[in-house]
Amino acid sequence: MPTYTFTLNGRSVSVDAPSTMPMLWVLRDLLGVTGPKYGCGVGVCRACTSHLNGAAFTPCTTAVSDCAGKKVTTIEGLANGSTLHPVQQAWLDEDVAQCGYCQPGQIMAAAALLKSNKKPTDADIDAIQNVCRCGTYARIRAAIKRAAGE
Amino acid sequence: MGHFDRALGRRRFLTALVAAPTLTVAARLGADALAPAAAGAVVPSPAQPADLTDFGDLMAAATAAETSLLVLQVTTDNRVVFQLPRAEVGQGVTTALAMIVAEELDARLSDVDTPLSDARSDMGLAQSTGGSTSVRSLWDPVRQVAAAARARLVTAAAQQWNVDANTLTTHDTAVWSPDGRSASYGSLSAAAAKVLVPAVSTAPKSTSAYTVVGQPTTRVDARDIVTGKARYALDQPVAGALPTVVARPPTINGTVVSYDASTAKTMPGVVAVTQIPTGIAVTAQTFGQAMDAKAALNITWGAGTIDSVSDSDIQGNLAAATPPLAPVLTPYVEGTFNFAFVSHAAMEVLTAVADVRSGSAEVWTATKSPTGAQSAVASAVGLSTNQVTLHVVRGGGSFGRRLFYEPAVEAAQVSKAIGRPVRLMWTRNDDMRHGRLRPRSYHRVRAGYALGNVTTYQHQMASVTVDFSGSDTGTLLANDGYASPTIGTAFFGISEACPYNFGVVTEALTEVTYKMHTGSWRSVYSALARTAEEIIVDELARAMGQDPVAFRLQFLKTDAERAVVSKVASAGNWGQAMAAGTAQGVGFHQEYRSRAACLVNIDCTTSTPRVTRAVLAVDVGRPVNPKGLQAQAMSGLMDGIATVLYAGNHLKNGAVVEGSYADFHYPRQATAPRQVDVYVLPATGSTPGGAGELCVPAAAAAVANAYARATGTKPRNFPINF
Repeated sequence: MPTYTFTLNGRSVSVDAPSTMPMLWVLRDLLGVTGPKYGCGVGVCRACTSHLNGAAFTPCTTAVSDCAGKKVTTIEGLANGSTLHPVQQAWLDEDVAQCGYCQPGQIMAAAALLKSNKKPTDADIDAIQNVCRCGTYARIRAAIKRAAGE
Repeated sequence: MGHFDRALGRRRFLTALVAAPTLTVAARLGADALAPAAAGAVVPSPAQPADLTDFGDLMAAATAAETSLLVLQVTTDNRVVFQLPRAEVGQGVTTALAMIVAEELDARLSDVDTPLSDARSDMGLAQSTGGSTSVRSLWDPVRQVAAAARARLVTAAAQQWNVDANTLTTHDTAVWSPDGRSASYGSLSAAAAKVLVPAVSTAPKSTSAYTVVGQPTTRVDARDIVTGKARYALDQPVAGALPTVVARPPTINGTVVSYDASTAKTMPGVVAVTQIPTGIAVTAQTFGQAMDAKAALNITWGAGTIDSVSDSDIQGNLAAATPPLAPVLTPYVEGTFNFAFVSHAAMEVLTAVADVRSGSAEVWTATKSPTGAQSAVASAVGLSTNQVTLHVVRGGGSFGRRLFYEPAVEAAQVSKAIGRPVRLMWTRNDDMRHGRLRPRSYHRVRAGYALGNVTTYQHQMASVTVDFSGSDTGTLLANDGYASPTIGTAFFGISEACPYNFGVVTEALTEVTYKMHTGSWRSVYSALARTAEEIIVDELARAMGQDPVAFRLQFLKTDAERAVVSKVASAGNWGQAMAAGTAQGVGFHQEYRSRAACLVNIDCTTSTPRVTRAVLAVDVGRPVNPKGLQAQAMSGLMDGIATVLYAGNHLKNGAVVEGSYADFHYPRQATAPRQVDVYVLPATGSTPGGAGELCVPAAAAAVANAYARATGTKPRNFPINF
């Protein structure tokens, strides 16, 4: 079985896995990193959204071999120690979460958006595809705007 | 066991000291019989059963009837721990109950823990979660147990300081004396545990003294959620628990005729292949490997239970089963309505971890019926109930789905068969195609009017039978004598009531049973029956030449009901000029001793209609956490938008067509309103009503009525884009 090395939340890790294994199961089942959640396994609900070299990606549809040598960040690695990322803080300030299951993915999607777009418009926010079955969309929108300093 | 406090309050609960080294107080439930809440105004329409006793009353009675203990403990490290006998699935009960405890105990909210109680067979149905009853049923006993604990802590401090207990005050998880001394509850706990007769009142405080209850409060688990620390069933650190998925039949309730696992068993990571009653389970080192091996199984499937049945057959049978409406001699409006099947589609699929050993089993799962799950697991693996420890863990959404506990039973079956702990997960396909559905329904409604009054209102609803069996809801209804003629019609009777003075009101449910997986879906019958009714209300208003808001204000029965409608009308600028293809709509609902109204603006100028703005007003009698109530209103709004406009399931030849969120169109940001305002009305009573399901019917109705006004059509089939 091949070995893959990548940076996970700031630390170098190596894992033995079949090349096609989806990153979601590498993270959850082999590395015990449970922040990214399974919601569909086919990239449509985006509950597992994390960052690959700083951009949003869905580990459920990304093979471990495609992450080799890259920087992988999950919700566990977003904060700077005990200081929350501005998007996490905005999520607290707006009390966004309900069941919370999709929220790691929502936060990672929002953080990636704000990294490339400092002042997203409503239309930009509409383009986020992550499903929230509790329907927290209005507070997600408010939290993104708060994190953007609006 | 020692001293019993004098009984207090509208519902009385005796509290008792538990023999323990630190202060542990229990509400010994079952102190008295429960009086049904008083009926509201009923003239000229006579009271319907739901006006007199609703499901929440039954749940409160069950909570009171169980001779079990609600336990509150103060630890030496100054934590106040209340073992919450409910499920947390996003509705916010861990926060609301922590607030109630903090309020009555004068503890800091951050010092209060509300862990979910393991299944307690002594508690039985009083541990179930559903029907928007959690805060309603726990409000009185939890306030009383916390107030009793506070009285003992104050008494212990008075004894230590040798002062009059009546001179002491409490705040910030400590007792304070006039001279400025203080002692934390944790430091007093051991002494308080020996106080048999409190020297100060054990009565809950007056509502005028509240500083926590009623304040907008962030969820107690918010930080864990945003940092990824919140743990769901599959995230529990159970050593060696192996990922497991189940190959399920192509049609509902299909069975295994034969299977060949020879290829699957040779695949990387595969540990075991096990036949269980619902399919073939594959256990592997990772879920990815388990799913790959599942796909390599060669299974011959037998027929399911409804292989010849599709939506059109069911719709036809429902229509045929619906009794005809009585003719009316006055002018009338009428409509027939169809609502499609709808998956609960909670974000977290069904999951459970099980470790079954010789003579014992341990299970972790998110269920709203923990004692039902515990006994089902026990019988599935041949153990007695007291040999099964069932941990209730947080759930990623429910919407009614987690009243059932199939994954706990399956995980236990596999664990027993392979002798290893397992973590079992339904895939999204499993969840949508073999999970439960809100049943398809059919409605005939006719309302007659004359001389400015509505004189008759008839509503005959036919539905595929809702499965209440196996969930605590059904058992509770059956135990309360509601088993005849069916659980469903009984639940309909205690939940559905026309809120308007519409003269002679007739509402009835006819059920048609299919052997498929159904279940109550957030608000059960109300988002169906009341949406149809609210559409007819708009059509009555139009036929009688009245404005929809003015019409509701005229015909609603109480001022409290009119208040929420007036609030959304003013806050939502009802009647504002709207461009062609856009419109406003309103809806109203009352249930759970609460009231809600919703106003939406809709844009129907493209093929995908979108609600662009929504305003909701809720009156729950006594708000505990306004922020949480706003969240529940927003969530109910989205369910209304989803089920009226986009989200439903097709049944074709005994199988559900949709397989994921790719074809089950629950809204995303692009189909959610950009502006939502929720107004939580100030307290109008002393006790909280229910809130979790309250806003779904009002929102669904508002969306349907806005769509009708924007398009000039009479919507009859839901979801509209299907």
